Amino acid sequence: MADKEDLSRKPDEPRDPDIARPEATVGAGADYNADTEAARQIGTEGSEAEDRVAVATQFQLMWWRFRRHRLAMIGGIVVLCFYMVVVFADFLAYTSPQASEAERSLMPPQRVYLFDDGSFNPHVFGLDSRRNPQTFQREYFANPDDKIELEFFAEGFEYNLLGFIPTNRHLIGTRDREIGESVFLLGTDVQGRDMWSRLMYATRISLTIGLIAVVISIILGVVMGGLSGFYGGWVDMVVQRVMELLYSIPTIPLWMGLAAAVPDHWSILRIYFAITLIIALIGWTELARVVRGRLLALREEDFVMAANLAGASQFRIIFVHLIPLVLSHIIAAISLALPAMIVAETSLSFLGLGLRPPAVSWGVLLQGAQNIQAVAITPWLLLPAIPVIVVILAFSFLGDGLRDAADPYGM
Amino acid sequence: MLGYIIRRAMFSLVTIFLVSILSFAIIQLPPGDYVDSYIAQLQATGTPVSEAEAENLRARYGLDEPFVVQYGLWMRQVLRGNLGTSMQWQRPVREVIGDRLALTVVVSLAALVFTWMIALPIGIFSAVRQYSIADYIATTIGFMGLAVPNFLFALVIMYIGWSVFGLNVGGLFSAEYELQGWSFGKFVNLLTHLPVPAIVLGTAATAQGIRVLRNNLLDELRKPYVVTARAKGLSETRLILKYPVRVALNPLASTIGYMLPFIVSGSVIVSIVLSLPTVGPVLLTSLVSQDMFLAGAIVLLLGVMTIIGTFLSDMILLLIDPRIRMEE
Repeated sequence: MADKEDLSRKPDEPRDPDIARPEATVGAGADYNADTEAARQIGTEGSEAEDRVAVATQFQLMWWRFRRHRLAMIGGIVVLCFYMVVVFADFLAYTSPQASEAERSLMPPQRVYLFDDGSFNPHVFGLDSRRNPQTFQREYFANPDDKIELEFFAEGFEYNLLGFIPTNRHLIGTRDREIGESVFLLGTDVQGRDMWSRLMYATRISLTIGLIAVVISIILGVVMGGLSGFYGGWVDMVVQRVMELLYSIPTIPLWMGLAAAVPDHWSILRIYFAITLIIALIGWTELARVVRGRLLALREEDFVMAANLAGASQFRIIFVHLIPLVLSHIIAAISLALPAMIVAETSLSFLGLGLRPPAVSWGVLLQGAQNIQAVAITPWLLLPAIPVIVVILAFSFLGDGLRDAADPYGM
Repeated sequence: MLGYIIRRAMFSLVTIFLVSILSFAIIQLPPGDYVDSYIAQLQATGTPVSEAEAENLRARYGLDEPFVVQYGLWMRQVLRGNLGTSMQWQRPVREVIGDRLALTVVVSLAALVFTWMIALPIGIFSAVRQYSIADYIATTIGFMGLAVPNFLFALVIMYIGWSVFGLNVGGLFSAEYELQGWSFGKFVNLLTHLPVPAIVLGTAATAQGIRVLRNNLLDELRKPYVVTARAKGLSETRLILKYPVRVALNPLASTIGYMLPFIVSGSVIVSIVLSLPTVGPVLLTSLVSQDMFLAGAIVLLLGVMTIIGTFLSDMILLLIDPRIRMEE
């Protein structure tokens, strides 16, 4: 990545371009380790910083390494912001995501004016509609006489903040009007539902589905990878073959097949979990690969033999002694697996096989932009693509930074 | 070496067998059976179906038998080249997807060719001119290519194509060739339509390729033999292309095997967005209308195609990497 070259590195440290690039070992693992080992010995010659490193805990080391990866820091902050939207979706939305009105079909986004005669007074203009006599399409025009003033922390529909604090405050509201009928920051969809509010709720669904799928994947990946890496032999054989199988077949047709089998009449919640499970069942392989690889190396260590001799059970050795050691790698793998899961849900829902309306997710929203006509005439329906791309990029940078930070040879 | 080929072939066969079970599971998954939905469909169009007819149909497909027996019956049919009948199209599955399957192969191969054509020069350049502005640009674009899901990329290209160039970038043929038989004109027309889907499908794999090649090459460039060659006065181009690039290519070649399922997988969704006449859109409609024999056949054929492709790419790797040959 672009930021691998780190300018903040102290001058007494070895300039090893291999730092923070674990993939580089693909071709020549042995040389690489020998090189860094030698480099480190040169670097340890009586510097205070090195003493600090010597007594730092695993996670402190990780944090120091991570902090130097600037894009990863930015990625982490962006991801945090997105999860804030997940938590405060109802606060950020100003109308119900289901409130539809045929009269308001396919409105373009409104322009927000922040100043009014030089003073801060955010407002939008009301939209008048008219049918185009030639195309018979509804067209909207901003009415300069119809000024709608916006205010912050205004009252709106009732909801429970964080799920248990009943309130009706929202980020924005209007001063003297029903906001659901006058403000459309990102326009409306075919059924006249406000895109901004729908986007907020969609973010909640799309990002949590990824989280839950990842949790299931971790459990599968850690158990399978753990067994495979620790026992080796035929267990390893079988798990390896299953992973190779999942790698060597196109996953999307498989997902589609499984997702299509989810009955229509199920409730939103059941479909939600079914889709999560389907995504997780095929997505655990990467996690299992990471865990297995690390365990294969670790099980030869002396402390494992010591634990064995002390009479610890195999289960205890794997889950109490070994898994904490690979935890950092697991965390990095998770942040790389999450975007894949989010894309999976978005793709499936986009095709109409994942979550179905009235559920709102990014994929469901993007269904409105499925063909060239929609994209050409109503480009704002393509807007949900932006959060998808941004969050995936952020996760990728974050994951990249975490993976580099988790690499013990990185310091 | 022969042992390796045989082992690899055996593994491919086992994988094909497992894929066939998965495909059959997909046929079986929806509640009710094929005959139920077939009857429902006939009744919807006003054709009554008697109980005896239904029993006949069930007996013909062995739907009363346990899963294993049904799977055996289906496999026997498939091995004889009979993929069953599509309920939705009322035609044999083979007729419905024959041409489309061929076009899927064409589109996937085009994407693979694009991947290599772009990834090779950029990867080499990025490594040789490490930390140059061009390297930063290449790696950043590569990262974006990896991150953006390709169906969204297809949507964005469609939007740009329409709003900036006034073009409809979808499809694989112009309207006048769409329904015609094959001719030279149609072939040329296909070639002019291939770049857009190839770019959309190949971008992620290209990004991956650039990264792998760059990192491998950086590793190689630091080795003593490169210094030796340079000291002996070999020209820079020749030096880089002849030795380090050749070595750095091997790990990349081994990733073809994983690129192929990835590209085929992506082609299903991208085809739907760009309305390409490949198997993707048919798979979607067949799944939605629960035309399970068609859907199962497509999943099976896509899986088998990728496994054969992966096998072939392994054989290519065997040819170019002497180390694998030596192992045996």
